[in-house]
Amino acid sequence: MSISLDEVRHVARLARLELDEAELVAFQSELNALLGHFQDIRGIDVYGQSPHSRSSALQNVWADDDTWPSLPRGSALQNAGVTKAGLFIVPTIIEE
Amino acid sequence: MVRYLPSVGMEVHAELKTRSKMFCRCPVAFGGEPNTRVCPVCLGLPGALPVPNRAAVEMVVRTALALNCQIAYDSVFHRKNYFYPDLPKGYQVSQYGETNPIGYQGWLGIPVKGGGTKRIAIRRVHLEEDTGKLMHLPSGGSGVDFNRAGVPLMEIVTEFPPDIESADEARDYLVQLRSILVWLGVCDGKMEEGSLRCEPNISIRPEGSDRHGVKTELKNLNSFRAVHQGVLFEVARQSAVLDRGERVVQETRGWNESTQTSFVMRTKESEQDYRYFACPDLAPMHFEKDWVERQRSELPELPLAMQERFQRQFGLNAEHSGLLVSDRDWAEFFEESVRLGGDAQVVCNWMNADFAKLLNESGQRARRDAQEDDSTASLVTPAHLADISRLILNGTVNSKVAKQLLGEAFATGAMPSRLVEQRGLTQVSDASLIQDAVARVIEDNPGPVDQFRSGKEGVIGFLVGKVMRETEGRANPSLVQEEMRRQLEK
Repeated sequence: MSISLDEVRHVARLARLELDEAELVAFQSELNALLGHFQDIRGIDVYGQSPHSRSSALQNVWADDDTWPSLPRGSALQNAGVTKAGLFIVPTIIEE
Repeated sequence: MVRYLPSVGMEVHAELKTRSKMFCRCPVAFGGEPNTRVCPVCLGLPGALPVPNRAAVEMVVRTALALNCQIAYDSVFHRKNYFYPDLPKGYQVSQYGETNPIGYQGWLGIPVKGGGTKRIAIRRVHLEEDTGKLMHLPSGGSGVDFNRAGVPLMEIVTEFPPDIESADEARDYLVQLRSILVWLGVCDGKMEEGSLRCEPNISIRPEGSDRHGVKTELKNLNSFRAVHQGVLFEVARQSAVLDRGERVVQETRGWNESTQTSFVMRTKESEQDYRYFACPDLAPMHFEKDWVERQRSELPELPLAMQERFQRQFGLNAEHSGLLVSDRDWAEFFEESVRLGGDAQVVCNWMNADFAKLLNESGQRARRDAQEDDSTASLVTPAHLADISRLILNGTVNSKVAKQLLGEAFATGAMPSRLVEQRGLTQVSDASLIQDAVARVIEDNPGPVDQFRSGKEGVIGFLVGKVMRETEGRANPSLVQEEMRRQLEK
């Protein structure tokens, strides 16, 4: 299992990361090392096991439809880089 | 020239009418100061854990049942991963898969001209969460308000290939769907506030071909009319593209209400780019079959079925009965009034005309029951309309007096039959009284009387009006008409 440079470029675009060619190559080898671990998992015998997506057997964890107090706005915004009029400010999105 | 057949798939998002959000207990509301209904969970702060809102889940189950869906007895939430500033966690919690969404493989009937219904197949009804709102600032940059982030959102998607084949059907589908959602009390249906949003995807294919064309998705449609106009526009635009020998490009287009045209918004990420996976923070859902069946049995009669019953049971026409089922309280008001002895047709006429007008003008709504204590509810109860219906049908009052009585009942809550007793408003059917009044009017109006006698028959309406005024509106108008004609033609 290995990942091509184009795939790294694609994943970087989805993550909104701007990488230069040298970084792409570096990530390609790091990601390939990560994917190598899946080869180990492939070696495990899972015959007769049903697929699971989580380790806990919990189901139907619900909350009632009540409200709780929200954060004071100052706290909600305190870690934001830029704020204005109670809004989080982000750069204008340019559609690709 | 080639004729093209449109196909329209419908993706509808409905914000659920819960008190709190989907995975946290921040309140749900429209408008208000930005970022005042947010907490660590809906802001996606590290370490915060989501807990699903039971009421939202139940609303989706009820909707799925009302839309004739299969229910997924086991269902999980997935993460749909993408980066956008209105999405605080970097993923939207949603439900992926063919048979994992709470509801799948259902249908909705839309009325067909000339009677009957057409079934529109529904692929899935699933539960997810809404995003925040982005606003572009004139000074540059964008502002983000997360008040809406995490509001429970139900997505209802039609089957492919779509059964909807015209702009009319697209609108009718949305009208029916909205009416069911509002009827069930799961969504307020306010398209102008964005609590009900519709994104049709439109494709065309040449007549005779069974291969579906490339589709475009339309956004920013916030009224039934916009949906209708938008689909018409896209069909015409795509037809022109194909006629020029070009290809339709798969894209998302926005609807511009003021120019009534669509424009390119973005090319979408492909499904695998969303890297869906089961959300490890949320436990799977399991519904017991008994519980689902109980929900099914507790569903109310739905608007279209009720409308058909009103036509069958009370002999009302499609238009009148359609108005009655435009709202559940309104329909129940009607049935209660009939149960209390009102005549169906008379009650229906008064509700759809005078009563509706009074409510519109005052901004009030029809009350649910006589005991209800709410200032926005009108003082007129089903019993009042049943009373008016009786007074009219037994000839106690004419419709002009009935209208006054309704006006008074509306203002004070007084029962019309009591007002009649107190004021002696009983309709005058006494022949001698009417004869005298008619004779007086003929004597006082020689001009119009001559006109009538020289052939201008229409003048009789004027003369009858005079008699009605003389009797303060209480005379039986058909008896007056009869007597007027008798005396004039003497």
